[in-house]
Amino acid sequence: MPESAGKRGPDRAGHFGPFGGRYVAETLMTALIDLEKAYREAVGDRRFREKLDVMLREYAGRPTPLYFASRLTAKGKGAKIFLKREDLAFTGSHKINNTLGQGLLAARLGKRRVIAETGAGQHGVATATVCAMMGISCAVYMGEEDIRRQEMNVFRMRLLGAEVLPVLSGSRTLKDAMNEALRDWVTNVRTTHYLIGSTAGPHPYPMMVRDFQSVIGKETIRQFRKTEGGLPSAVVACVGGGSNAMGIFTPFLGEHHVRLVGVEAGGLGLATGSHGAPLCRGRPGVLHGSKSFVLQDRDGQIREAHSISAGLDYPGVGPEHAFLKATGRATYVAVTDQEALQGFDLLARTEGILPALESSHAVAYGFRLARKMRKSESVIINLSGRGDKDIAIVAEARRADRVPH
Amino acid sequence: MSRIEETFTRLGNTGEKGLVVYLTAGDPNPRDFLSYLHGAADGGADVLEVGIPFSDPMADGPTIQAACRRSLAGGMTTERALSLVSSFRKIHDTPVVMFGYYNPFLQYGVRDFCRDARSAGADGVLVVDLPPEEAGEMAPEASRSGLDWIALVSPTSDGERVRRAISIGSGFLYLISVTGITGVRKSLPPRLLRWTREVKAQTRLPVAVGFGISHPAMACAATSHADAAVVGSACVKIVERHGAGRKGPDALRRFVRSLKTGMR
Repeated sequence: MPESAGKRGPDRAGHFGPFGGRYVAETLMTALIDLEKAYREAVGDRRFREKLDVMLREYAGRPTPLYFASRLTAKGKGAKIFLKREDLAFTGSHKINNTLGQGLLAARLGKRRVIAETGAGQHGVATATVCAMMGISCAVYMGEEDIRRQEMNVFRMRLLGAEVLPVLSGSRTLKDAMNEALRDWVTNVRTTHYLIGSTAGPHPYPMMVRDFQSVIGKETIRQFRKTEGGLPSAVVACVGGGSNAMGIFTPFLGEHHVRLVGVEAGGLGLATGSHGAPLCRGRPGVLHGSKSFVLQDRDGQIREAHSISAGLDYPGVGPEHAFLKATGRATYVAVTDQEALQGFDLLARTEGILPALESSHAVAYGFRLARKMRKSESVIINLSGRGDKDIAIVAEARRADRVPH
Repeated sequence: MSRIEETFTRLGNTGEKGLVVYLTAGDPNPRDFLSYLHGAADGGADVLEVGIPFSDPMADGPTIQAACRRSLAGGMTTERALSLVSSFRKIHDTPVVMFGYYNPFLQYGVRDFCRDARSAGADGVLVVDLPPEEAGEMAPEASRSGLDWIALVSPTSDGERVRRAISIGSGFLYLISVTGITGVRKSLPPRLLRWTREVKAQTRLPVAVGFGISHPAMACAATSHADAAVVGSACVKIVERHGAGRKGPDALRRFVRSLKTGMR
């Protein structure tokens, strides 16, 4: 069940402090206002919440387990490490939590067509899945570069009946897919719901996606209390647009002694400029309809991001993360491509789990953090997705490095 | 009275329809852009919209996206765009509206931008992604600097939103003809004329219709109930086709003249 809207911000106009808002063309404003209204009505409607709960349980396979990673813990010799297993959610990542919620909302709004943007393809697959299940037509915008590196997910989407539309502009990644999806939406706004997959974009998306994803954190608290008692010392999640991180952070926001750490894509290293770490190295700006931290040049032109993981290859970030950074409630760090690959290997070899490259960033940092903590403490890593989709990329990186395997 | 208001008053007195021409600053390069801008003014454009290029122009179609890329590749910046307007102003009196997406203005500094745009000789500012809900960040500053705030209404704006746009706008009201992105279209949407009349009845601001207008007959039809037509992508296509050199600005001048003649 989603958090009741507005309970924890944003304000009525969608601002989280100085961040957020609705920086969009006039043509989209009415759709955003209608969407927010429909969303607030839906979460106030017991039948909608029950329907979503049933779908999350019986279709998506929730709750996902909170797994004690004993071998990883032993290797770290520090805090106990737990993994929130979103990789076990249907379609292979946390994305399904939000697509189910927005899918039901699209039906409520009477929209017969859904569009989405996707980077790694996880959100595209989750959207295509829900659309197939609900009988709604689906088009997914995906950068040509991402289509190349996430071929399997492209095939999955097509098998599910979705149309995958290649985006050739700009860096041909997630940012450009989002531009193109917004252009489609502004053209077909009367018939189409834009199912944004992250806590980015204009209000009400950052709020709505967070609420739909906060099921992750709520389950985590319940599960941790049951087996361990109390609360963990730290929660670690990767941050691209930031939906899995907001999902697990949100129920912990009021628990001030729980450290919340967001891990951005350090790419080739923060000093190289080739990364996807706007919270670590960006400045406040406006991109894709909201004000947040953005990678940009002096003139406000958006810079291309870089990450080995397509899902983190984005120069912006959700506005609530900017707010949590500004207030100090969460801290944000970066992990490089190489470190993420090490995190991938580490989890594969110690726990038999192949994490998505996005989640590998959280694994790498979470493990490093746990090593420095006491054995009496606990760290929860949000394992946002599974790594099957990334096997070819990992293999390619190995060849490039001539690492013998 | 602002230069934009004066222009529309003059047009109103003679019963003539106005023509607003859009070009992307620095396209195809800074020097030739200036020749194109002069060409448009010489051809009879009544208002010029000078686009500040943006890396991610979400509301624009392929033509203006490409113009932004050419302009940025040539090193265009907000600062240089203003200095081009300043050069233009030394020769022509045609009102200039600075057109763009919010982030470049925000990074320049909203107050600094409004002040510098005014002193460069600009007369108005239009920010695509600042709807009335967010316009408070810039519209008051623009007015204080003596710039008109060009507000937009779209086919999805209900009565309340139209009233809100009218209340914050000045200079003229930009009426977006279709739900969609910028770009050349073959025909005008069927409901456009009735809707234009409805909006027109609610305001004393001149109403300019834009998006998709690509030839004189369309400009003429679009202005049957409006005060002006905005032609963007069709003009940018001339820049795209001719690039640098003297032929392009001449071609643009002739095209602009044909649009003006077509609206008589």
